[in-house]
Amino acid sequence: MKYIAPSSVEEATSLLSTSPSAQVFAGATDVVPQLRAGRSAPELLVDLKKIEELVAIAKDDDKWTVGAAAPTANLTEDEAFSGEFPGLSEAAGLIGSDQIQNRSSLGGNLCNGSPAADSVPAMVVNGARAVIAGPNGTRVLDVAEVVTGPGQTSLEADEFIVEFELDRMPARSGDAYLRMIPRTEMDIAVVGAGARVTLAEDGSIEEAVVALGAVAPTVVRVPDAEAALVGGTADDETLSAVAEAASGVCNPIDDKRGTVAYRKQVAGVLAKRAVLIAIERAEQRNGSK
Amino acid sequence: MAITEENPGYKWVGTRPIRPDGLEKVTGKAQFGADLMLPGMLFGKVVRSPHAHARIVSIDTTAAEAMVGVKAVITGSDFPDLAANGAHASDIDVANNAIAREKVLYEGHVVAAVAATTRDQAEAAAKAVEVTYEILPHVLTVDEAMAEGAPLLHEGMITKGVDPAPEEPSNVASKILHERGDLDQGFGEADVVVEREFTTKPVHQGYIEPHAAVADANSDGRAHIWCSSQGHFQMRAYSATVLGVSPGTLKVTAAEIGGGFGGKTVIYLEPLAVRLSQRAGRPVKLVMDRDEVFRATGPTSGTRIRVKMGVSQDGKITAAEVWMAYEAGAYSGSPVGAAGMTAIACYDIPNFVVEGYDVVCNKPRVAAYRAPGAPMAAFAVESVLDDLARDIGMDPIDIRLANAAVEGTQASYGPKFPRIGFVETLEAIKDHPNYTADLGPNQGRGVAAGFWFNAGMMSSATVHINENGTATVVTGSPDIGGSRQSMALMAAEELGIPYESIKAVVADTETVGFNDVTGGSRVTLATGAAVVDACRLIVEDLRARAAKTWDVEVDQVEWVDGQAQHVDGSQPPLSLSDLAAKSGRTGGPISANASLNSRGVGAGFSTQLCDVEVDPETGVTRVVRYLTAQDAGRAISPDYVEGQMQGGVVQGIGWALNEEYIHDQDGVMENPSFLDYRIPVASDLPMIDCAIVEVPNPAHPYGVRGVGEVGIVPPMAAVGNAINDAIDVRMTDLPMSPVRILEALTEQSD
Ligand SMILES: Cc1cc2nc3c(=O)[nH]c(=O)nc-3n(C[C@H](O)[C@H](O)[C@H](O)COP(=O)(O)OP(=O)(O)OC[C@H]3O[C@@H](n4cnc5c(N)ncnc54)[C@H](O)[C@@H]3O)c2cc1C
Repeated sequence: MKYIAPSSVEEATSLLSTSPSAQVFAGATDVVPQLRAGRSAPELLVDLKKIEELVAIAKDDDKWTVGAAAPTANLTEDEAFSGEFPGLSEAAGLIGSDQIQNRSSLGGNLCNGSPAADSVPAMVVNGARAVIAGPNGTRVLDVAEVVTGPGQTSLEADEFIVEFELDRMPARSGDAYLRMIPRTEMDIAVVGAGARVTLAEDGSIEEAVVALGAVAPTVVRVPDAEAALVGGTADDETLSAVAEAASGVCNPIDDKRGTVAYRKQVAGVLAKRAVLIAIERAEQRNGSK
Repeated sequence: MAITEENPGYKWVGTRPIRPDGLEKVTGKAQFGADLMLPGMLFGKVVRSPHAHARIVSIDTTAAEAMVGVKAVITGSDFPDLAANGAHASDIDVANNAIAREKVLYEGHVVAAVAATTRDQAEAAAKAVEVTYEILPHVLTVDEAMAEGAPLLHEGMITKGVDPAPEEPSNVASKILHERGDLDQGFGEADVVVEREFTTKPVHQGYIEPHAAVADANSDGRAHIWCSSQGHFQMRAYSATVLGVSPGTLKVTAAEIGGGFGGKTVIYLEPLAVRLSQRAGRPVKLVMDRDEVFRATGPTSGTRIRVKMGVSQDGKITAAEVWMAYEAGAYSGSPVGAAGMTAIACYDIPNFVVEGYDVVCNKPRVAAYRAPGAPMAAFAVESVLDDLARDIGMDPIDIRLANAAVEGTQASYGPKFPRIGFVETLEAIKDHPNYTADLGPNQGRGVAAGFWFNAGMMSSATVHINENGTATVVTGSPDIGGSRQSMALMAAEELGIPYESIKAVVADTETVGFNDVTGGSRVTLATGAAVVDACRLIVEDLRARAAKTWDVEVDQVEWVDGQAQHVDGSQPPLSLSDLAAKSGRTGGPISANASLNSRGVGAGFSTQLCDVEVDPETGVTRVVRYLTAQDAGRAISPDYVEGQMQGGVVQGIGWALNEEYIHDQDGVMENPSFLDYRIPVASDLPMIDCAIVEVPNPAHPYGVRGVGEVGIVPPMAAVGNAINDAIDVRMTDLPMSPVRILEALTEQSD
């Protein structure tokens, strides 16, 4: 097995196109356990962390740009980012432990393709986009389109994600992410729920996005919950509709981590709770960005 | 917080000095089982059965033997056939569990082992060993194993303890029975009777350090083993049995140990490493992965338990009927015997029947785990007692006080209790502010109690006085709970020199007299008594030497504060360092040995108070407050006593809420990792408050009872009772996981 740490995106893409059995990695917090368990054995490991864009975190008037290999600890410790996207920051802050977060990345969390990846529902509700590099330059794809099934992505073998783009959070908007685990940390989501809302001037809900993790082969949006929320307020009836819709879109499995019935019921509970937190945050963000 | 009955004015016993092994452990210098490297050492890998129950048709090792770097491959046929040699049945089980012969009895059962130059080569060779199996139907639980027509693990197993003996073999290895009084009369006198059935799953000890062993065999038939265990003398004995050699040909050195909780009192790797080393002519190291630890070591039994109890309106228990079946795993020997003896031992009950069954099934052979057998029985009995208290409107501590065993009570398992401290633990809970602390929404409070015998057994110790008057205390008891500190504290008290002047060490099997395992909470009691005996021999010797120096009778010399003093003060005192410096002139080096079979154990009791908060929408239970009161007899080292009390509680909370072995239909374990076998993490728990109760054990020079085990007996019931208090649902199946709680809540609302 070989290890190479290219210093530019071009160098990395050319390595990938010339070595068929190559794998990129960022924090390697998924890759190393998989290697150890004998679940993968690439001939070449390409370390993305030496490429500047991949570990940078920056913002301008329109958007945030988060390097796909940036340690999630850098994100959660960034006060401006965490202030603007508390839900996404909290989701990233749930990954493993401090030690893990000093290595783990959003790119790795997404491309590992686990249905339970914590940052993904939070990226999806915030409309994050992935900037993907390949031999023919870059393309941009919604994060929601990247993962196609457990462990599967729509990326070509010689492509990788350079960075994520997030439009700046508008006024009167807020996001949230909650997960259910039997322990308090060092665990894997049995259910994850992300929500983002934007309120109208009168306090009614103008936009809403709800997405669930760990209850289907990929992260799923909950359109009926979103429809129930938009135009109204989060009264009990609406929240029940949100919960019911969330339970309804679940397509979970019965396994050692939870039953179908449990996951469905708790998906509804967490969706409702995440929406309430997002609304509270939106109310506090009355001003500008 | 310590409740000390009387203060005998100890200078060192009961203090909290810095732990002696801390520096080496936090700097990574301490050598654990897997750390040893020897020149020329090979790496071994074990081949394990993928099937829960199968006949081994053939094993072909030729491909593996031909691989690069492979130096040895062994199978069951490389070990003596103990059955053919007429060995004792329990020894045959030990040998067959170490490496399977005709049949594999659980997924993970060893069938072969290889040794190679590198770890990768060993792993590849292990995969290349070709085993042909004839798969047999399996049984995983006591229900399946006891069912009519169940497939048999051992074709010749006739249930013991049944008269007349059954004619047909079964998976029931033995039956136990304890009876007193008249059950019908007892239930007739009851105003309220509650009967419930409980189940618990096998749980693992969860020690952080996986099993590891290095063996270096000589061509003269002798071998040296380094391993992480709770008793290197026991590892020597078991290894000798499996290898068919005299124990004296094996030398075993105890590595530092990263947890055992009973699970490291048995052998797995040691005889395999020796045989591989003999075949290869090189030292061999075997280390388990976590996955192997789960699949093939530990755990303790899964159980089914029925309890029926009756009380009169004034809270007196009038009758108790307990039926229990404990999984033994592949070979007989579940802790159902101890379970039967402990189940109702906290209480003075006039009429009872306790009946238990030891049942084999196709899971790893169970190993001891802290107070083996007692926690599951206590979960059942203490849950029912809680229901009874509620039904008659009595405080949970008061109902226990009304029935508590005290000095002179005829224990349910036979003997009369000597002085014990159960009542004191109940009172300690009642007196604590936690007992009346406010509860928030969705919170509940539960009480439970537990009993454990504590063991005595055999120990040896040697004490050497160094030339400057410092001392070395040598024992053969691996230190898994702070015993080096406790030994040094007792020696300091006896010799009258500072704790810092004493080094306590654990010596190998050739350097110190025999010691039974570190288990049964026995080391501070029994090995501690041997240390005290040896110190007292030293003091006698020192007094004689001072008398000789002063040319007076020995009875004119007293040993006070680490120095010899003449009774009338007519001589300038001689300190230990003075006497050590002159030892050449007074008879040579100062040293003493003591060996003993323990002079009497002191039973341990624990009462615990748990507050939980249950999220009614997700079923998640968080422990928000926890108090444990335990009778230590005497807390030689309060820090370590609290550590044991807290450790037992924490393991019990894991057992209560999340831990369980999960098997698929084929009998393959589905959760052999700490991700899916959920022991608690630090953030899951509040600080576990400790109330050390000290009711001295008359049979120990300092009153020690032993504290390592009883703390794990009450937690499952304490948590269950608190959950019942919070959401009015009686959980009868462990673990009380979020999924189960939500199911129970849904059923309740339907
Ligand atoms: C102890 C522990 C606890 C954990 N807890 C959690 C948790 O609570 N929640 C959670 O969601 N996860 C958890 N994880 C999983 C893991 O830490 C996360 O998924 C993490 O975000 C992965 O990031 P990484 O940079 O380490 O990924 P890597 O291991 O480097 O990569 C993961 C996968 O993504 C691919 N990849 C990486 N970067 C890119 C890129 N830029 N473009 C294309 N493909 C890429 C790799 O080829 C690989 O297939 C835990 C892991 C461990 C070991």
